Amino acid sequence: MDAMTQMQFSETPLQVAAGMKPDAELPVRARVLDLSFYYGDKQALFNVTFPIHDRKVTAMIGPSGCGKSTLLRTMNRMHDLYPGNRYEGEVILYPENINIVSPQVDPMLVRLKIGMVFQKPNPFPKSIYENVAAGLWVRGIRKKSVVDDRVEQALTQAALWDEVKDRLRTSAYGLSGGQQQRLCIARALAPDPEMLLLDEPTSALDPIATARIEELVMELAPKVTIVIVTHNMQQAARISNFTAFMHLGRMAEFDLTEVIFTNPRDRRTQDYITGRFG
Amino acid sequence: MAKDDEAQILQSIDERALVKKANRQDLRFAIVGLTVLTVAMITLMALVIDFMIDGIPRINGEFLTSFPSRRPERAGILSAWVGSSLVMLVTAVLAVPIGVAAGIYLEEYAPKNWITDIIEINVTNLAGVPSIIYGLLALGLFVYGFGLGSTILVAGMTLALLILPIIIVATREALRSISLEMREAAYGLGADKWQAVSMYLLPAARPGILTGAIVGMSRAIGETAPIITIGALAFIAFLPPSPIQAEFPYVSFEWLNSPFTVMPIQMFNWISRPQPGFHIAAAATGVILLVMTLLMNGLAIYLRYRIREGMK
Repeated sequence: MDAMTQMQFSETPLQVAAGMKPDAELPVRARVLDLSFYYGDKQALFNVTFPIHDRKVTAMIGPSGCGKSTLLRTMNRMHDLYPGNRYEGEVILYPENINIVSPQVDPMLVRLKIGMVFQKPNPFPKSIYENVAAGLWVRGIRKKSVVDDRVEQALTQAALWDEVKDRLRTSAYGLSGGQQQRLCIARALAPDPEMLLLDEPTSALDPIATARIEELVMELAPKVTIVIVTHNMQQAARISNFTAFMHLGRMAEFDLTEVIFTNPRDRRTQDYITGRFG
Repeated sequence: MAKDDEAQILQSIDERALVKKANRQDLRFAIVGLTVLTVAMITLMALVIDFMIDGIPRINGEFLTSFPSRRPERAGILSAWVGSSLVMLVTAVLAVPIGVAAGIYLEEYAPKNWITDIIEINVTNLAGVPSIIYGLLALGLFVYGFGLGSTILVAGMTLALLILPIIIVATREALRSISLEMREAAYGLGADKWQAVSMYLLPAARPGILTGAIVGMSRAIGETAPIITIGALAFIAFLPPSPIQAEFPYVSFEWLNSPFTVMPIQMFNWISRPQPGFHIAAAATGVILLVMTLLMNGLAIYLRYRIREGMK
């Protein structure tokens, strides 16, 4: 199946299902095209193709080891930190129209454009302020008024400002796990990324902290393009607009979230969401 | 049939006996371990205490502020401890930055190939080279080759070479032990290598690097063989020129070119004298050397604690 047909295949019904006029264009922020990925000799992704819609939440679900995290990590070239990994195919980022997995594109450029939040909260052993400002400093933004302003905005966006505004200079390690994860989201948001990748951001958190992160993702959705990997199907159903179901390194099904959860076309998706395997 | 056998074997396990046996084994090992530890500790303590009984009464202000003398009761270690301190200063200034930089390069920047592997094996092996070999190298290269003479600078350079591998290995270990999450956080922000290293990795590696540096320094301060080899004198009745001057430019590096002695050499010299008074002076010097080493280790523990607290 070639990439173009699948793309068209997956888009037109979506617009109809989304209740839009058929001629309304659903803007696309990035397009994964025929992407394969290899850890050394071991192929982990097989010809994955799907669109990432602008300022929408795209969730990736699937059983453990299905390649959903691997796929997410290709999108800011995290695999380049370790030797022996190889990409084939394309991930085109719009509107620049660059293939972010091409060896000609520096991973640093990709990471400067696309922010990432990891499975385990990983703040730096520094103050809350320094953590959020880190992304700005890395980009050479040092002017205090600008940095102060962006730090406040990012912390507000991450729904953390009210909790930490009086202790910005204290260590980030003094925060709870859920707060640390929201801090990491603020850190990723501060430089105003074109896309935000969340790799199972709530897997290390308790239900209350999880609910706050989910709320946050929904609040952010109208402003930022978000791709979230989750092993929690209810979470995907609650917070995402689109869902990609991955299975054994392949994209089994991609559709509007409500379609995936109410009327999946693929047998494997059906089995997974009804809990027959997982 | 076979199934019945299996069931029987599993049935016949006596859990209580197993626990008893395990406990007996643990006890036996604990007794052996404790015995070995006690013997080692008693030997060491006896040595140190014997040292202290001889040496401590001899330590007073005069001992620290007098030059060595022909008469044992008037001999002091002023030139020795000043010499040791200055040599340590040179060693630290040279070895720490070079060692840390080399460690960072090898761990973060160097491509992983066979050349790096060879360098790595060599660096690790260098840490085990006998110190007198470094002395010979320094004698040939620094003293004669560069014509620097037997000076504080040369001693500092020699000891810096000696502890460089220790610092390099410690730096690499410290960088390697930083969690992948921290690394990914730094690079995930779009940081370049230098930013990631200087802003995030190096601060996180600081406790490990510091420990390595101080372990190296503690080794250097007690080194005798390479310093003797490069021709340090045992009898020095003057101090190196002061680094701070009354006239412009106020600082002077003349002291780098001064002849010197260090505490282990002073000790060695006194022990080889026949008069018992000198033996006591040697014991007193040993006590001070020990205290200096302990203080350095204490400082390392304190700084490490402070840094860890600061990171929390």
